[in-house]
Amino acid sequence: MTAEDGETGVAPVQVRGTVLTVRRVDAYYAMTVVAPPVAERFRPGQFIAIAVGGPHTAMLLRRAFSIYDVRPDHGGTVEFVFAEVGRGTQWLARRRARDMLDLAGPLGRPFPIPRDPANCLLIGGGYGSAPLFSLADRLRARDCRVDFLLGAASADRVFGALTARRTGRTAVITTDDGSLGARGMVTDVLSQVIHDARTDVIYACGPMPMLAEVTAVAGKYDIPVLAAVEEVMACGIGVCMTCVLPVRGSDGVTRMVRSCVDGPVFRGDQVRWDDVGTIPFDALGAPGWKARAGSAG
Amino acid sequence: MPVDLRTGLGHIELPNPILTASGCAASGRELAQFFDISKIGAVVTKSVMLAPRAGRPTPRMVETDSGMLNSIGLQGPGIDAFLQRDLPWLLSRGARAIVSIAGGSVDEYAELAGRLSEAAGVTAIEVNISCPNVADRGQVFACDPDASASVIEAVRGRARYDIPVFAKLSPDVTDIVTVARSCVAAGADGLAMINTLLGMAIDPDTMRPVLAGITGGLSGPGIRPVAVRCIWQVREALPDIPIIGMGGVRTGRDALEFILAGADMVSVGTAIFHDPLACPRILRELEEELATRGVGRLRDVVGLAHEPVGAARLRGSAHSAHSGQSGQGSHSGQNVRSARYRKP
Repeated sequence: MTAEDGETGVAPVQVRGTVLTVRRVDAYYAMTVVAPPVAERFRPGQFIAIAVGGPHTAMLLRRAFSIYDVRPDHGGTVEFVFAEVGRGTQWLARRRARDMLDLAGPLGRPFPIPRDPANCLLIGGGYGSAPLFSLADRLRARDCRVDFLLGAASADRVFGALTARRTGRTAVITTDDGSLGARGMVTDVLSQVIHDARTDVIYACGPMPMLAEVTAVAGKYDIPVLAAVEEVMACGIGVCMTCVLPVRGSDGVTRMVRSCVDGPVFRGDQVRWDDVGTIPFDALGAPGWKARAGSAG
Repeated sequence: MPVDLRTGLGHIELPNPILTASGCAASGRELAQFFDISKIGAVVTKSVMLAPRAGRPTPRMVETDSGMLNSIGLQGPGIDAFLQRDLPWLLSRGARAIVSIAGGSVDEYAELAGRLSEAAGVTAIEVNISCPNVADRGQVFACDPDASASVIEAVRGRARYDIPVFAKLSPDVTDIVTVARSCVAAGADGLAMINTLLGMAIDPDTMRPVLAGITGGLSGPGIRPVAVRCIWQVREALPDIPIIGMGGVRTGRDALEFILAGADMVSVGTAIFHDPLACPRILRELEEELATRGVGRLRDVVGLAHEPVGAARLRGSAHSAHSGQSGQGSHSGQNVRSARYRKP
């Protein structure tokens, strides 16, 4: 394991921030909000949870988005990327400059950074690539080499292809329809990319099946994967228990852990990808589970 | 004018009536990042069971109009970890802890009450006999007056004499008053209501239930009128029993509605997911709502809505205070108190 464990970060804050810009980026939107305390605490991989719908909204649950970038202007701004997929994100897409947003963040554990310079491969699926660019900056600041592997259904759904090509040592793109880069999925080319880039560690963010596949391929080469999961959340702050997934701890015990506070970044080999969406029979507290002798309950 | 927000929990006094709702604040640690949890009335912890419990599979949640369905299934660390880690932490922060307990059998509830009684610092026990997210509806004790009574009797028997025991009731019953009476007869020092309503959602795209657990508990502002009705009915039938009211409270005005219906304390649940600062905000708003109406003491308005219209007319001064003529606040407070139908 080349990465440091447990950068816990500092406590999140809840703030009202002014929308600075909303722009279309291909199939997505990128929104910048003035939120100095969030910007100042941010570490790559962390996310924000935004209240949508206005003061008396019928939409009670916050929407969680990875932070794409923070900048020092206006005291500190936060930029995030989203797709218009439901009522909440529709509302968000209709915000304009000077509108106010209620956001909580930065939330979750950030990506751990290697102690020593390493060859880092950053893999993003769809707009899951958003948190990888600030991570890349941070990795380069630690003298790491950064390669990108981005994939999506089509060209307009690959987020940040240009930035990846400009700033990555290499950047490989795949699309399902072949409209940009190689036709296929990131996992089709992953072995080749690992070989070419002499990858030491993989950072990945995207849909669960992609993360599972990436972890499986990387496992063959004994390369650690740090995966940021996208789970459905209600609160984003660790109180609702809806965003759990089965993760095997270093003690060998599988627990249903919250992706919002125990993640969103997990070691790929610790997540039981095939069991996501289930309660594995041997998980702590699963039906019929019994404490083994010597293991505290 | 500062409002006297103190309220009673059996023989124990809380500085104010705003609590977290069980299952919406874990054990307080996460919310403490956002506000000082010792400043609210108490933290009602997520229901703890004897053994660790993994809960139900995901998806566990679906947003509904003005609400949400959850199907968590009582995931938790078990009583040992709770007593080792969570309770001491809460107390170290100066918070008051109302511990919610859940069990699969009467014996499990009793043992939990016993374990909590051995620990120092438990302000009260809330007995969750109404969680809808269990495989067997027969396990929802609160759906049956006799089953509810057996649990409450066992818990009251094992809990230390000075720890008040609250029974948490389900709205999914034909007559909540029957269950409430049964719990009080079995020794409950107070009642908490309402738990979530059993609900379900189907995704028209996948054409299958959204929740892995198929059914879930409905919460949020959408259920608030149901909660108000339940509190009203129980207060009407049992004028002297302390009530923790909950179900969709989002503002101080909502909290006041519950208090007028008869709640001595108000728990805030789903609103926390929308606004981590909901508890301190609602507390502030409630104080403002009371002050605006010239009410000096929270206790004076608990159950006030039950007064006959004639008695309510005595509160003319409260209305004038509302329209800007302050200075008559203490006067109206006295009127309210004299017209109060509950025994002090």
